[in-house]
Amino acid sequence: MSDKLLNVKNLRIEATVYPPGETPKDIVIVHGVSFTLEKGKVLGLIGESGAGKSTIGLASMAYGRGGCRITGGTAHFNGEDILASSKSRVRGLRGSKICYVAQSAAAAFNPAHRLGDQIVEATVLHGVSSRAEAMERADHLFDILGLPNPKEFGQRYPHQVSGGQLQRAMTAMALCSQPDLIVFDEPTTALDVTTQIDVLAAIKHAIEETGTAALYITHDLAVVAQVSDDIMVLRHGKTIEYGPVAQIIETPQEEYTRELVSVRSNIKSEAEDQSKPLLTIENIDAAYGNSLQVLFDVSFHLPKGQTLAVVGESGSGKSTTARVITGLLPQRSGRVTFDGRDLAPKLADRPREDLRDLQMIYQMADVAMNPRHTVRDIIGRPLSFYFGLRGREKEKRVIELLDQIEMGESFIDRYPAELSGGQKQRVCIARSLAADPKLIICDEPTSALDPLVAEDILKLLMSLQKETQVSYLFITHDIATVRAIADSIAVMYQGRLVRFGPKSQVLSPPFDDYTDLLLKSVPEMELGWLEKALSDRKMEAAGN
Amino acid sequence: MQMIKAMPWSARIGLLGVFIFLFSAVFADVLAPYGEREIVGDVWEPSSAKYLMGTDNLGRDLLSRMMYGAQTTIFISAAASVLSFSLGIFLSFLAAVMRGWTDQVLSRLNDLMMAIPTLIFALVVLAALPQELWILVLVMALIDSTRVFRLGRAVAVDIVVMDYVEAARLRGEGRMWIIFREILPNALSPLLAEFGLRFAFAVLFLSSLSFLGLGIQPPEADWGGMVKDNKDGIIFGVPAALIPGGAIAALAISVNLIVDWLLNRTSSLKGGRGDV
Repeated sequence: MSDKLLNVKNLRIEATVYPPGETPKDIVIVHGVSFTLEKGKVLGLIGESGAGKSTIGLASMAYGRGGCRITGGTAHFNGEDILASSKSRVRGLRGSKICYVAQSAAAAFNPAHRLGDQIVEATVLHGVSSRAEAMERADHLFDILGLPNPKEFGQRYPHQVSGGQLQRAMTAMALCSQPDLIVFDEPTTALDVTTQIDVLAAIKHAIEETGTAALYITHDLAVVAQVSDDIMVLRHGKTIEYGPVAQIIETPQEEYTRELVSVRSNIKSEAEDQSKPLLTIENIDAAYGNSLQVLFDVSFHLPKGQTLAVVGESGSGKSTTARVITGLLPQRSGRVTFDGRDLAPKLADRPREDLRDLQMIYQMADVAMNPRHTVRDIIGRPLSFYFGLRGREKEKRVIELLDQIEMGESFIDRYPAELSGGQKQRVCIARSLAADPKLIICDEPTSALDPLVAEDILKLLMSLQKETQVSYLFITHDIATVRAIADSIAVMYQGRLVRFGPKSQVLSPPFDDYTDLLLKSVPEMELGWLEKALSDRKMEAAGN
Repeated sequence: MQMIKAMPWSARIGLLGVFIFLFSAVFADVLAPYGEREIVGDVWEPSSAKYLMGTDNLGRDLLSRMMYGAQTTIFISAAASVLSFSLGIFLSFLAAVMRGWTDQVLSRLNDLMMAIPTLIFALVVLAALPQELWILVLVMALIDSTRVFRLGRAVAVDIVVMDYVEAARLRGEGRMWIIFREILPNALSPLLAEFGLRFAFAVLFLSSLSFLGLGIQPPEADWGGMVKDNKDGIIFGVPAALIPGGAIAALAISVNLIVDWLLNRTSSLKGGRGDV
């Protein structure tokens, strides 16, 4: 037996798929992947969705999710092939020697039990330690993970703590039984950048303190670069590149890895003249119901043919601002001016021309299109609704639009379920373009997409802007996207506008506190960034 | 033809069943060996070459009465179900789309209707109104539509909050477009499933009304009424009541087999909700 904790060889995983209208068939989703993990080391698994990351992660626990079958290869854990072990043996390992941290902590905790009870449950159940010992260890872990009031934290219920704290609580759950290996499945993906950095630091600190090994699964190379020792890049269930983190980041060998490393180059330089506004909002106050005010005195403007990025974390009022502009949530006070005219606060009071001029693209393209309409219906409806196009004429325009979004005529009779994530978002773009609008509000249109697909969508949006002079109000929490495409930026925090101006001005010092925090929290593709960012923060805190 | 080839066996059986019932109902006048009200033999005669299914409690030919009964039973149940679904779906979707006081008024009225026991409600209304077929259908539809309303509203409220409905609203689409083009296709799966069940209930409800003398008036035949007429025979080992009872079951199963197939077709192909 060597010091290899986990040794996976030629792992092969199959699943049965049920394509609509065809007979079910078996497909291979992981093709002979091999890797080794030593005690106390962290291996990052990275790839786009469908690359097989999570499937491999779970297979390391000898678990096949949702119809996945492990059909080949071996996985030696501490010298024992867990794929060949009996079910009861594997069950004994899980939760005591191998633990799992899921993406959505909110969904993984039982809301009806106290956190402390849930965290020690598996440890006690497996007989690793007594309840009192486990509780003591949990308190210690809360401390390591930087949770507030570690002594009382375990007494709380899941809804009483924040998302970032819940994610750390789940890490504590995994660490509680002193496992040899933890599988982290996208633990920070659902968090805001400013929270992500804390959780990331906590996880890294805890791994170092406890000397456990980890598989860290994510789609964000910049994140994984901060915590791993080795990285494996996956695509379509195959290993693309596997090596030490420094080599992958600094001298990637494969084309695909290089693309991942270099993603989000500057697509567009900032427009110079930002004086002629198309859309102006002045002193907007808005509230849901009578009591919950979410927007306080927000004002900004967006010039014609340009892109304004609205940035902020969840709950900052970005999307609410969009709802006010579209008329879905009439403002309490303030004014929205569009193309020289006042927009009525209520949607019902707006003339059709105003509706046509102002289109929207959503975050989840899946639910933004009626699943029972074909691409032809989806893109064609605005054409007949606004312009009265029928028959041949309408079809011709739909095909033109499909060409414009680089998809082509062959997609015209497909249903949304038959499109990929990127294609769905393209169809949504075509639908808004069909109305020939002056302004498109983009509500996080790329955040649900893989980085390379998102990049293509951004490029498409920019080239369409050049062609049609349409303006974008681009809502996002991703600073890298903002850097790439914005002309001007509005930073929002807790319903207030904290910073607004041309991109170059907003992104250069002197910063206000929040913008500074936001910019420093964005992971960079650089080794040791996490430590640097954290020490920057500590110095500032000491200085203040 | 292409469609029938692609159908699974279960759906073909269902289609065949419905076809047989419809065929015998439509051509009852030609096919039935005896008249509907004609007393041809002894009470509860067993099946023989003369009377294929035997005779009923008054000595009428059971097969002939089954065929004539199919006419009224299928027609009234189907008409009442279709009507109740049209009414229930439209009002429930309207309530889900409009929200606010429209929703409140419609939903509370619906609750009020549901609070009255259906049979008693039907008895009172039918006793007060003239005994005509269309009134019977209307009353059955109205009572059943309260159930459809509850289901329809629950389904539609989930769909109304989807981004594609919001997108349609932002486009400036009217209420009718949102109800019939955005919501209806996506709500169809659970509603179709409900239709299969409600149709069977309508047959049974009609028979209860007939038994109480407010549905189909004797001596006109309907399956539910025939079960009631012949039920005492079971004590004496006469299976006459089982034949109309079996027919009701067979009809309900056939309709549900077809509905199941439709359900699969509408849900799997388009990636909508529903089972795969």
